[in-house]
Amino acid sequence: MAAKNYRHALFCAIVTLIISFPILGFNLEAKGISVTLTGAETSTVIAVVLAAVAVFVFQAYRDSFTGLLGKLPRLNPLAGREPMEQAKKAKLESWILTGIVVLALFWPFVVSRGSVDLATLVLIYIMLALGLNVVVGLAGLLDLGYVAFYAVGAYTFALLSQYTGISFWMALPIGALLAALFGLMLGFPVLRLRGDYLAIVTLGFGEIIRILLNNWTTLTGGPNGIGGIPEPTLFGMEFGRRVKEEGNTSFHETFGIAYSGEHKVIFLYLIALVLAVITALIIRRFMRMPVGRAWEALREDEIAARSLGLSRTAVKLSAFTIGAFFAGFAGTVFASKQGFISPESFVFLESAIILAIVVLGGMGSQLGVILAAIAVTILPELAREFSEYRMLIFGAAMVLMMIWRPQGLLPMRRIHIKLNRQE
Amino acid sequence: MLEVQNLSMRFGGLLAVDGVSLDIQEREIVSIIGPNGAGKTTVFNCMSGFYKPSGGKIIFEGKEVQGKPDYKISRLGMVRTFQHVRLFTQMSVVENLLVAQHRHLNTNMLAGLFGTPDYKRREQKALDRAAYWLERVGLLDLANRDAGNLAYGQQRRLEIARCMVTEPKLLMLDEPAAGLNPAETKELNQLIVSLKEDYNVSVVLIEHDMSLVMDISDRINVINQGCPLASGTPEEIRQNDDVIKAYLGEA
Repeated sequence: MAAKNYRHALFCAIVTLIISFPILGFNLEAKGISVTLTGAETSTVIAVVLAAVAVFVFQAYRDSFTGLLGKLPRLNPLAGREPMEQAKKAKLESWILTGIVVLALFWPFVVSRGSVDLATLVLIYIMLALGLNVVVGLAGLLDLGYVAFYAVGAYTFALLSQYTGISFWMALPIGALLAALFGLMLGFPVLRLRGDYLAIVTLGFGEIIRILLNNWTTLTGGPNGIGGIPEPTLFGMEFGRRVKEEGNTSFHETFGIAYSGEHKVIFLYLIALVLAVITALIIRRFMRMPVGRAWEALREDEIAARSLGLSRTAVKLSAFTIGAFFAGFAGTVFASKQGFISPESFVFLESAIILAIVVLGGMGSQLGVILAAIAVTILPELAREFSEYRMLIFGAAMVLMMIWRPQGLLPMRRIHIKLNRQE
Repeated sequence: MLEVQNLSMRFGGLLAVDGVSLDIQEREIVSIIGPNGAGKTTVFNCMSGFYKPSGGKIIFEGKEVQGKPDYKISRLGMVRTFQHVRLFTQMSVVENLLVAQHRHLNTNMLAGLFGTPDYKRREQKALDRAAYWLERVGLLDLANRDAGNLAYGQQRRLEIARCMVTEPKLLMLDEPAAGLNPAETKELNQLIVSLKEDYNVSVVLIEHDMSLVMDISDRINVINQGCPLASGTPEEIRQNDDVIKAYLGEA
């Protein structure tokens, strides 16, 4: 047993060396036109070796370390408490959700413009994650190309505004419906696929959309993207200093207040908030409806679901379509917020981050997904000082989560259904 | 009610089922027995639409149904259980029953979103039917448990209840007594008879527990190595020499 432990620990230490030494131990220096390779400073080399030793010690004595952690009761405040009642938990969850929304309503009036901008981004991610939660968390269909629908929503608005001068409010339903149509289109070829195969096809679909946007230069402008996307208006009132479109008035003149760039940011934030709340409410409702139960049944056991008269085609397509619909929503808001979009914003990493939010939050759980979206978007911003190590911290957080809470922050709970005794 | 004529099923070079015929009348319990690997479950899979039979006809209430997709066959009123329990394990017991009533519900998404009266009425009806059947199989107090956390015998009963809420005309049970203790088997025995007597359901049963089969079957079909061996009442089967040979080997 002990020998095996040491062998494993030695292996881990060597892997650490193999990974870290070539990256940290060498420096490339440009001298004129040639690049030379020099060894790093002694302190870095020592640090790498120390890290390897630390890995060795931890792996060799891992059992005693984890045993020690378990003995610290103070680390887990919930250890001694009895689990809460189901009904009480459900009530608590809706209180927390209401609390978040109320807090979010007052948020833009107390914080800086940068924070409001970031909060808008958080809300966009919440919409995306709630939509993907339908596909991955409820229907159990692993979709790695979700960002494609986000791109469809954003580009629909951008292109329509460029070529036909459409407004945000018109583009919102069109973008969402078009994204839903793309969801339906992706759904057909992958009906028979499950698990890994499905993941690969959806991954390919996401890349196809991005590459298409990148190369169809005549329509989309390719990598140069599309700019000048209009901001939303409030009953024909614009938020700019000067009115751009004829027939519109400007917000600050109508209300006789001084112009402030903040109005626009706050307005956009409030739109995103309303849309995110609508998304959450609609999907919450879906989960309690026949269609939501059918999604879950398909995830649990496809054969049993079919034997009870559920059509696999209808159930899968509805999941893809509805998931894509909300991504289209989010895409339109994103295009309006940025004012400029390019295929750069819709790379695979975005899909991966949205998926990470769903997995971290707990598949199928709405509150969990919302909290995870907040955490995943804000943490990298807070960790800006560590700049280069941001992704490292992100990765480490994911690994730790998967060790301690593989089911996610707040795993999904079943809805309590009251039954009346029948005669 | 259901007629299977000359059914055959070929997997590559293997003829798993060859010329099997069945005839099930209304309010009748018909058993299919045979040694392991005889092709009983394959017959079931053909009947319920999981396999497309290579030959033969399946006629349900005067309509040919062979080769139809599984979910359509189930909507006609032919519902099955599985040899290994297939519940939606992470959903609650009552949700399992609600999923099964999908086609009785108003599945229009807008109706659901706005909660129209028709939607609410059908939803309530489904809940009541679920409650009725849970009471019937003795699981009402466990309605909000996860189906996967039930004891094995309870899971078996839930699976039958899940079929019954679809209001089937023909119930196909694939080894419902597998893994049950004698007391549970006796309960199951009473339940199946009551399905026939009180709810006018015909039952096709695959089972290895001979006491159960002999007790409740109106007629028995014996299959051996994919071919029909004998059929008749329990009495006739008990005395059939071919059947005794197939089960006990040549004396």
